[in-house]
Amino acid sequence: MITISPIERILRGIAITLVILFFMFPIFWIFLMSFQTNETILRVPPSIVFEPTMSNYSALITGKLETNAGLLEFEFMRNLWNSFFLSVSSVAVGLLLGVPAAYAFARLKFRGSEDIAFTLLSFRFAPPLLVLLPLTIYFQQIGLANTYVGLIWVYQLIVLPLILWIVRGYFEDIPADVEHAYRIAGHSWAATFRKIALPLAGPGIAAAGLLAFIFAWNNFIFALVLASADKQPVTVGALAFVTASGIQYGQIAAAIVLSITPTLLLALYAQRYLVEGLSLGAVKG
Amino acid sequence: MNGIVLENLSKSYKSETVLDGVSLTVPEGRMLVLFGPSGAGKTVLLRCIAGAVDPDAGKVVLGGVDVTGFEPEDRGVGMAFQNFALFPHMTAEENIASPLKARRSTKTIVRQGVDAVARLLKIDHVLSHPPKALSNGQKQRTSLARALVAQPHYLLLDDPLRNVDAKLRYEMRLELPRLLADQGATVIYVTQDYKEAMAFGDQIAVLDGGRIVQAGTPEDIYLRPATIGISELFGDPTINLLDVVPERDERGIYITLSDQRIPLGDGYDAAVGKPCTLGLRPEALAFTDLETGIPVVIEAETPFNEKTVTLALTKRGREVLVSRPAGMPGPAEGESAFVSVNWRALLLFDRQNGQRIVPEGESGRTEAAA
Repeated sequence: MITISPIERILRGIAITLVILFFMFPIFWIFLMSFQTNETILRVPPSIVFEPTMSNYSALITGKLETNAGLLEFEFMRNLWNSFFLSVSSVAVGLLLGVPAAYAFARLKFRGSEDIAFTLLSFRFAPPLLVLLPLTIYFQQIGLANTYVGLIWVYQLIVLPLILWIVRGYFEDIPADVEHAYRIAGHSWAATFRKIALPLAGPGIAAAGLLAFIFAWNNFIFALVLASADKQPVTVGALAFVTASGIQYGQIAAAIVLSITPTLLLALYAQRYLVEGLSLGAVKG
Repeated sequence: MNGIVLENLSKSYKSETVLDGVSLTVPEGRMLVLFGPSGAGKTVLLRCIAGAVDPDAGKVVLGGVDVTGFEPEDRGVGMAFQNFALFPHMTAEENIASPLKARRSTKTIVRQGVDAVARLLKIDHVLSHPPKALSNGQKQRTSLARALVAQPHYLLLDDPLRNVDAKLRYEMRLELPRLLADQGATVIYVTQDYKEAMAFGDQIAVLDGGRIVQAGTPEDIYLRPATIGISELFGDPTINLLDVVPERDERGIYITLSDQRIPLGDGYDAAVGKPCTLGLRPEALAFTDLETGIPVVIEAETPFNEKTVTLALTKRGREVLVSRPAGMPGPAEGESAFVSVNWRALLLFDRQNGQRIVPEGESGRTEAAA
């Protein structure tokens, strides 16, 4: 154990506090904003003393907002559901396609395997706008524009390379002998994949799934262009609060709070899977 | 003869040839010790037999059936890995039970099979532990138990005692041959410890550079090694190798070591005038009072329990190792002495190709497998 002098301990404490403040303050401030009206949000100087109101949340839930320019209608809860549905389905499809592919890339060295894997990764290099315009035209012609299926398909550009490359690394870390031993014991390759490779790469698959979920959830541009209001996720839906008569800061704050909550909860829940179980004690290093 | 038959197995990785036409036969129910230095291709050979690696060329025949293209699970082979290769997310019991479960045995049969083999290998008290809670010795036994539990006809053991401590290794060296004989399986046992090879094998095959360089009984390989390389691999302390050129005079063929004439015996006519390497095992040398011996000065001495090894320097500045049974008196460090050569035990190699020059009329079954 390294002994730390009291001064160092204090300095460290201050440094950590500063870092936490730096990253947490915006979230904290938005959390406060979500309980305020536009008037208290915009007063100068700002203050953390205010009379909390639930009006922002109730407006989001009912979908009706009275402004001085009249009644504003929007479908935030629908957006939230869309976000959830799109992200979960995309990650599910991504895992279904990506995990077996990652296994193939990790275990089978076939002609061109590296090139194919790299091509899949290169989807992440290209700016989304590069593919969006042609995609929009294709999608309109084949009838995929403004459908969930079309969006989930396009979301594979985001989640599939991520899942493929992360999970591939985890499969490569499993000693090949462990799988050979299972085969020699009398099991088929499919059983070996199910009973050995999948459980041992479990933490990696969880990590990749979580990361892919967050990326899919945060996506903005694909949904903005390829979907109309009833299919759009929260990231796009929040734009509705930027109105001709002004920006509804309170609702935006409440919308942000509602939309980061699922990812935050998921991350907290998945955290233990991300760290546990990676010690492969059976093989001597 | 329906044991394990390998015909001309070859395997290359990129430009590196790992197996170069290996042919071997292990008769049904017998054990072959596959010996070789690290990197000789032993593990790859076992994997080819087990089906974990596909050979580029050649055939694997098990019990008369050509299984070369078969999946690993269809070969009826048991294998214990040098690195144990236990399933880290299963308990020792689940590890051992896995071959039985793959055969869809009933719960009672699995239970009985695991219990029997665990008791035999003395790991019945750790069955509920995961591999990472096991000591190396226990891991090794678990891995061995997993290979044995389904009583496969063909057993491949890849240096299973390599990673276990010395005490357990000695115990297992005593127990394993009996255990394997009881199983009645045809066994290939890989090791790079020559003592283990000598202790276990009815038959030893020496693999070096992807080729079987010699196959025979332990005695064959120790007393009649096919090459310089093999003579160096077997024996502790290692064999003394001296450059000589045999000559002939009216008394016969001889070599000269430090001005002393050493007769070679009959049958070495082919070697006369050729640059050769003389192989002298340390135990073929002995200190003598006779001045006909080779004069040496004692440089250092290492007393082992069972023997004393002396490093001696000849007049020509060559260092030789001489060993003698512990307790037998010998000259002290710094003293001058004479060394006699048991010429019956000397080995002569062609310096150019490293092959042993076999004296004409040697009675022996030395056969260098191609």
